[in-house]
Amino acid sequence: MIPIDYYLWLSATLFTIGVLGVLYRRNAIIVFMCIELMLNAVNLVMVAFSNYMNDAAGQVFVFFIMAVAAAEVAVGLAILIMMYRITRTTDINILNRLKW
Amino acid sequence: MNALLVICGLGFVSLLAEIANFKKLLTVLVILALAAAVVLVVLDWNTSQSLYHDMVVFDNFALGFTGLLCLVTLGWYWMTRDFFENHPHQSDRLALVVFALAGGIIMVSFNNMAMLFLGIEILSISLYVLAGSNKASLLSNEAAFKYFLMGSFATGFLLMGIALVYGATGSFDITKISAHVASHADSLPRFFHAGVLLIFVGMTFKISAVPFHFWAPDVYEGSPTPVTAFMSTVVKTAALAAFFRMFASCFASVEASYHIVLQVIIVLTLVVANVTAVYQGSVKRILAYSSVAHVGYILLAIMSSGSAASGVLFYYMASYSVASIAAFAVLQAVELSSGSTGVDAFNGLYHRNPFLAVVMTIAILSLAGIPPLAGFFGKYLVFAQALQHGYLPFVILGVLTSLIGIYYYFKVLIAMYRAEKEGPRPDKYSTVLLVLLVAAILALGIFPDHVIGLLRL
Repeated sequence: MIPIDYYLWLSATLFTIGVLGVLYRRNAIIVFMCIELMLNAVNLVMVAFSNYMNDAAGQVFVFFIMAVAAAEVAVGLAILIMMYRITRTTDINILNRLKW
Repeated sequence: MNALLVICGLGFVSLLAEIANFKKLLTVLVILALAAAVVLVVLDWNTSQSLYHDMVVFDNFALGFTGLLCLVTLGWYWMTRDFFENHPHQSDRLALVVFALAGGIIMVSFNNMAMLFLGIEILSISLYVLAGSNKASLLSNEAAFKYFLMGSFATGFLLMGIALVYGATGSFDITKISAHVASHADSLPRFFHAGVLLIFVGMTFKISAVPFHFWAPDVYEGSPTPVTAFMSTVVKTAALAAFFRMFASCFASVEASYHIVLQVIIVLTLVVANVTAVYQGSVKRILAYSSVAHVGYILLAIMSSGSAASGVLFYYMASYSVASIAAFAVLQAVELSSGSTGVDAFNGLYHRNPFLAVVMTIAILSLAGIPPLAGFFGKYLVFAQALQHGYLPFVILGVLTSLIGIYYYFKVLIAMYRAEKEGPRPDKYSTVLLVLLVAAILALGIFPDHVIGLLRL
């Protein structure tokens, strides 16, 4: 059996890639994908722990995360389309009208 | 629990209203259902129910906050009827608000991380849509998009934290987690503490404490004013109650792993939010920064007295929400008449509409913490608790930043009492609601014991 540490390091890496992507990429679609990557890294940890501890709760939680993430992205894409209709771009640097 | 069922039912009914064509009855239905929820909370008082295998626990803390959320939503709905009535998407907007409220109720009553996650998401997803509900306005779209990006980013952190805590303790149930943590204090893996910190970061995003507050002023400014009022009262109350449930009860025994972070966040929140608010030219943004600043005081109470702070938290949120709703009601009336939320729009309001000016004065003095209004006792209780537990430097900082707070609140007051007599006269507001809100601010300030005593352990 593969030790649990490997899963943890893998998903920590995926999570970090996701976080850096959200922080550095400027295209809204890619930012969405990076957020999904973060959530999927979480799913991986959950499933790994769930299997490791022989406890089904973690896997049930993963279903919740998948369902909610799908709903969230549906709303996010709708907002993005609304933005695109006005600004004709998916670059998030355009979002600078609200500033302190 | 019954209150939650009523609220969820109301959500479905308002979705169906469009199809079954009874939109005209909706206003009555909403008011009846929210009032029924409050009554059910009162009936359930002192019956600590835990339901669905301990997924949610309706103890007095949860019931108290459920009642507060429903009451505030009721006042809010009264104030913002124009936002719904005669609008083509009336029933959809209403359903979103009601589902957001249901999410808030789940957040204050959760006993399992899964319910915390679901509650936060039900609340947030509804709000992403509501923030962008002014579809023609780019500002509203931008607010929705920023809120969505920041919200789902924070959810990622929260979930990673939940996953790591689950790996370390083997459960999502917060009572089991705190029991496990207490019995295995020495043998917890290192990633448990990382998990606690990640949950902490995710939750501070949601309550918008500095340095995770940067989305809040932008989102508050861009969203339609009624939605901003909802976010800074109902949503903030639910998020802080969830934060309290998580950190003051579940993770209280591992406070060492996030204590310093919490202290830094409190100092930053108090200083940055109050100082930045001074430079704002829009009343909406001033109120946004003031809502961030209030989070700092509440966190101080949570840090200093842990689970004993529930009464203070409840009182503070009640007084803050009532004053905020009053301030936003006036702001909305001014915005509807002049089309602007800038401080300039308030110039000479006293001469154009003395009633609104007096209500705004009372609301703002309460937010600033001037006795004998409710806000003063909220701050006083926070400082008294912090002093009791030896956090003197924090109290001094808190008092100093409150003084800065008085400066920017008075900017609005001074504008209102200027001699300018020309300008549009705001007339779209409900006098009865404003009188009731002012009475509530005064009553909370004069009889604070009754409210604090509700949640005393």
